Amino acid sequence: MVDPIVAFAEFTGSNATAVRIEPGDDARALLPHLDRLTLVEITFPAFRDGRGYSSARILREAGYLGEMRAAGDVLVDQVPYMKRCGFSSFAPNAPIDQAVADRLCALYPEPYQRAADPAVPVWKLRHG
Amino acid sequence: MYKYDNYDQAVVDARVAEFRDQVERRLKGEITEDQFKPLRLMNGLYLQLHAYMLRVAIPYGTMDSKQMHMLAHIARKYDRDYGHFTTRQNIQYNWIKLEECPDLLEELASVEMHAIQTSGNCIRNISSDQYAGAAADEVVDPRPWAELLRQWSTFHPEFSYLPRKFKIAVIASKEDRAAMRLHDIGIELVMRDGVLGGRIFVGGGMGRTPMIAPEINPFVQADDLLSYIEACLRVYNRYGRRDNVYKARIKILVHEIGADSYRAQVAEEFAHVKTLGLDPPLAEFDRISAFFASPAFDAHAPDSVDRSDPDFAVWLDQNVKPHKIANYAIVNISLKPIGGIPGDASADQIDVMAALAKQYSFDELRVTHAQNIVLPHVAKRDLYAVWHALNDAELANANLDLITDIIACPGLDYCSLANARSIPVAQKIATRFADGERQRDVGELKLKISGCINACGHHHAGHIGILGVDKKGVENYQLTLGGSGAEDVSIGKIIGPGFDEDGIVDAVEKAVEKYRIIREPGERFVDTYRRVGADPFKEAIYG
Repeated sequence: MVDPIVAFAEFTGSNATAVRIEPGDDARALLPHLDRLTLVEITFPAFRDGRGYSSARILREAGYLGEMRAAGDVLVDQVPYMKRCGFSSFAPNAPIDQAVADRLCALYPEPYQRAADPAVPVWKLRHG
Repeated sequence: MYKYDNYDQAVVDARVAEFRDQVERRLKGEITEDQFKPLRLMNGLYLQLHAYMLRVAIPYGTMDSKQMHMLAHIARKYDRDYGHFTTRQNIQYNWIKLEECPDLLEELASVEMHAIQTSGNCIRNISSDQYAGAAADEVVDPRPWAELLRQWSTFHPEFSYLPRKFKIAVIASKEDRAAMRLHDIGIELVMRDGVLGGRIFVGGGMGRTPMIAPEINPFVQADDLLSYIEACLRVYNRYGRRDNVYKARIKILVHEIGADSYRAQVAEEFAHVKTLGLDPPLAEFDRISAFFASPAFDAHAPDSVDRSDPDFAVWLDQNVKPHKIANYAIVNISLKPIGGIPGDASADQIDVMAALAKQYSFDELRVTHAQNIVLPHVAKRDLYAVWHALNDAELANANLDLITDIIACPGLDYCSLANARSIPVAQKIATRFADGERQRDVGELKLKISGCINACGHHHAGHIGILGVDKKGVENYQLTLGGSGAEDVSIGKIIGPGFDEDGIVDAVEKAVEKYRIIREPGERFVDTYRRVGADPFKEAIYG
C-alpha cells in the first residue's frame, strides 16, 4: 500500500509521508518535516518553468534522502539537469525514451559546479 | 588568454555531440519545434526572418588569432562571407542551415569555442571590459573572474530554466566600458583594505523597462563571490515573475520588492549557500589567473610615434588609447565605416585583424560592446604598420566614440522581433556626418539605434538614442536624449513625437547643431544636455 501524495498546503496538518510541490510552493517550509517524508513529487506544469530545480536542490541540501520525483511536462533533454538537482525518478506526461535519456546522461563527463548529485566538480578534480 | 585543459575540452565536445543528437531527433520529427526551440536557443540558434541565425560565444570578448581565423572560416564555409559582432561581445552569423550546425559547432570546438548559452533563459556569455589587462586604471584584470563565472554558469543545472535570460558583466575600473550597471548582475572588482572583492549591482537592464542596477552589496570578498552570485540567482529563480514574459527579468523583481528586500533575501540565502562548499579553492583561481598574466612587454621599445602622415595622425588621436605600459598602446578597430553596417566584418577583414593580432598584439583580440574590435597590446613603434594594414583592409575608420560609431541592432532587415529597420537609419546618419572634421568637432557622441522596444541596440543608453516603432504599419523613429552606459550611467528620455526615416536623420542633425551652438568649453553633447535640459533641443528640432 503506497501512501497517498498530499498537496503542499495540506501536508503540515497531516501525518502524510508523501507530498506534492507546485512551482509556487516554498520548499523551505518542508525542512522541519524531512524525517517523515519518503516521497516528494515536484511538478512541472510547463517545461520552461524552472522553479522545481531549486526546490529539489534545497531539499537535498537539507539532507532529504528519499525519493524525489519530477512530474509533468518533463522532457528528455532536461533529465541530466534534473538528476544533478537531486531528482531520482520521473513521471513525465509524455513517455521518455529511456535510451535517449541514458545517452544524454552519459554524454557529459565532469560538471563545472557542485550541485545536489555526487558528481565531483572539475575544480575539485583539478586540485584534489 | 585562457587555454582549455582536458576537462574544458570534454565539455564543449560533449555539447557538440548532444546538439548533433538533438538536431537529428528534430530532423526525424521525434521532437516538435516547440520542444526543440529551447534546446537550440541554448546553443545560440535562432530562427529569424530569412534563415537560422547562430550566435557564437566570445567569452568576455577575448580571442586569439586562431579563434578569429576560425570565425572567418565559418563565415566563408557556412555563411555569406561575413559575420556580425554584437553588443554582448559575441559574433552572429545570419544565414545558417540547421543541418550544418553540428559540423559548424564541431569546428568551433576545435579552437576552444562554442555557442553554449548564447541564448535561452539561462546565464549568458559573461561580458567584461575590452581593455582588461591593458588599461592603466584597473584594480586587477577582471577576466579571471569572468572565466570563473563562465565555468560556474556553464550547464548550471539549477539555473538553465530561469524566468528570463540573465546577463552578467565584470569590470575592475572606475571607468565603465562595459555598461556594467545595465546588466542583470554587474560586478565591479575593488580593493578594500588590501582585500579583493566585488561591489554587486543587481537588476539593471534595457529592454522595454530600462533600469539602472542598484547596489545590492558594497563588498563581497573574492572567496565568497560565487556563493553570493548563486544566492542572487536562487532568489530570482524562486520569485522572478513567470506570468508575463515582459516582466520576467530580475530588474522587475528587484524593482517590485525593492532593493532592500531583495538584499535581505539574498543575505539569508547566502548564509545557507555558503555552507555548501561551492566556491573553488584559491588554487583554482590562481590557475586561471596565470593564463591572464601580462605578456612579455619590451621595456626598451621606443615611446615616441612619428605623426608625419596626417591621416595616420587623425586615426592615432581618435582610435588609439593609452596602455598601462608607456611604450605600448591600445588600438581600436572601428567596424563602422561610413555607410556600412555597424559591427559587420567580412571574412577577409576578420583574417586581417587576426593576422595583425598575431604579429603585433601578443596574439590577442577583444570585441567591444560597441561592436568594434580591439588590439590590446600594440607597441607604439608598430602603430604605423598596423594602421597601414588596417587602411588597406578598409578598417582604419577614425571614428571611435564619435557620432558615426553607431551601435545598431540588426533590425527589421534580419530580426523577427523588430518593428523597424535600424541599419538604413545608421547608414543615413553616418553618411550625413561623414565629414571627419565635423565629427571630431562634435566630439564624443554615443548614438545607438534599436529596431524595437527590446532595445538590443542600447538606445536607452545612447547620448542620442533612436527607437524604431511600428506606427499603423509604417516605420516610425522616436528620439531619446541623455542616456549613458558608462560610469555616468543614465536612461535617455523621449524628446517628443517620432519621425519617419529621413525625419529622424534631420532631427539628429538639428540636435547636434544646437549642441555646437550652446556648448561650453569641454562639454560633450551629453554634458550640455544635462546642463540645459531638453527644452533647447526640443525647440531646435520641433520649433
